[in-house]
Amino acid sequence: MSHHIVEVTNLRHIYADGTVALQGVSFRIHHGESVAIIGANGAGKSTLLQHLNGYLEATSGDIRIGDTPLSKTTLPDIRRTVGMVFQNPDDQLFMPTVFDDVAFGPLNLGLTGEHLEKRVADTLEQVGAGHLSDKPPYHLSGGEKKRVAIATVLAMSPDILVMDEPTSGLDPFARRQLMDLLGKFHHTKIFTSHDLDMVLALCERTIILHDGMIMADGATEEIFRNEQLLAAGRLEKPFSMQGCPICGGRLNL
Amino acid sequence: MESIRDLKQLDLLAGGSTALHRLDPRAKVLVTAIFIVLVISFGRYELAALLPFMIFPIVMVVLANLPPLFIIQKILLVTPFVILIGIFNPLFDREIVIQLGALGISGGWISFTSILVRSALTVGAAFILIATTGFTAVCQALEQMGMPQVFAVQLLFLYRYIFVLNEEGSRASKARELRSCGRNNLSLGSYTSLVGHLLLRTWQRAERIHMSMLARGFVGRFHARRQSRFGRTELWFVLGWVTLFLLLRFINIPQRLGSLLTGVSV
Repeated sequence: MSHHIVEVTNLRHIYADGTVALQGVSFRIHHGESVAIIGANGAGKSTLLQHLNGYLEATSGDIRIGDTPLSKTTLPDIRRTVGMVFQNPDDQLFMPTVFDDVAFGPLNLGLTGEHLEKRVADTLEQVGAGHLSDKPPYHLSGGEKKRVAIATVLAMSPDILVMDEPTSGLDPFARRQLMDLLGKFHHTKIFTSHDLDMVLALCERTIILHDGMIMADGATEEIFRNEQLLAAGRLEKPFSMQGCPICGGRLNL
Repeated sequence: MESIRDLKQLDLLAGGSTALHRLDPRAKVLVTAIFIVLVISFGRYELAALLPFMIFPIVMVVLANLPPLFIIQKILLVTPFVILIGIFNPLFDREIVIQLGALGISGGWISFTSILVRSALTVGAAFILIATTGFTAVCQALEQMGMPQVFAVQLLFLYRYIFVLNEEGSRASKARELRSCGRNNLSLGSYTSLVGHLLLRTWQRAERIHMSMLARGFVGRFHARRQSRFGRTELWFVLGWVTLFLLLRFINIPQRLGSLLTGVSV
């Protein structure tokens, strides 16, 4: 069976202070799917993501990655399968140089010598950051940091990529560059984002979270056409689907 | 804040490619450590014997192609603290030890100057070490030479996040300043709150970093990657300098030179 399936059943999470963050979330994401999880601030997106590689423990409910249920014993394997890219690359780049940072995961997997060097060089090349190899992370620009952060995760060859707000804080060019890059990946992808235009471009399926529950789950285009639904979820249509404020033109979808 | 930027610049200098930069970090750490110990080991009234030690920083700066002015500036930055330490010597120690015509120089002034020279030498050597080696490589060298890994990792994390903390701190302080309407007196209340928030934020960040380490298969051990080689060049580098330092330490060259010129034997 494929490793690339994510199945969440009836997931509930209550924080220690009593905040109910997730109340019965269920979905199944298939091999190669690209899914956006969107919703208002505080809807439970980040909490949900942190369950997918076992950083947070579910109050109740099940998570399966492929055929493997998430539990203490399967955690190392699941963390290799599910690559998690954090919203703030500064949290992810903690080693002295870009090379060391990308090598961190593969070293923990037991890679050494030439294999390691090649893995790191290939991954950096893949995200277009080969020239940054010897730089310390604090000398990088925001866009460079983001791409290197993605490389640190890709270097572990995960089957599933989970990304929290991949385009936040990037300038338009860096954002476009990143979207092109993400579009090329064949992994199963799960994003959270407020950048709905990115969602429209990259994800065929969208899940709306609202107050810790799934409010909608379906084809991205369909969901974005439903203005009532979007408004109820404190969202709105992506700009590319709104009329042009200058010429009044409308994208035909 | 300024000093953090300097740190960055020192680190950039370490990216140079002179032969000195390429030397195994352990050799440079070792020589610098011995240099510092020997310079400190001089008696409090020794001044002339210290001067020949300046050859080490000068040669290193030239060989590594470092900007001398920058290094001197950095040394001057530390000088106020040193002056504070030594300033009472001339006051308490008024016994005249050298008589130059009508001018009598007290032991206090000599020991004060000696402290200044020693601090300039040792601080300069440390800066030069970082500027030719880089902080990371220095940590790794220390670890290879037997420092427990926990300390090395602590130092590396400190160095990595000092920049982030600095940015966060200056943002918070700017936000406070902008809302204090020109009254620039930082009250104790707002100061504790600012520092407290910074601490809590650091805590949260530490948790996120830990999370990202776990996500990449971290099980509590840092793996070393670099294979540096302590070869013949390094050996000669260490032997050469250490021999010179020992000579300078135990043979007072300025005095010998003086007696040679004046014909008075000591």
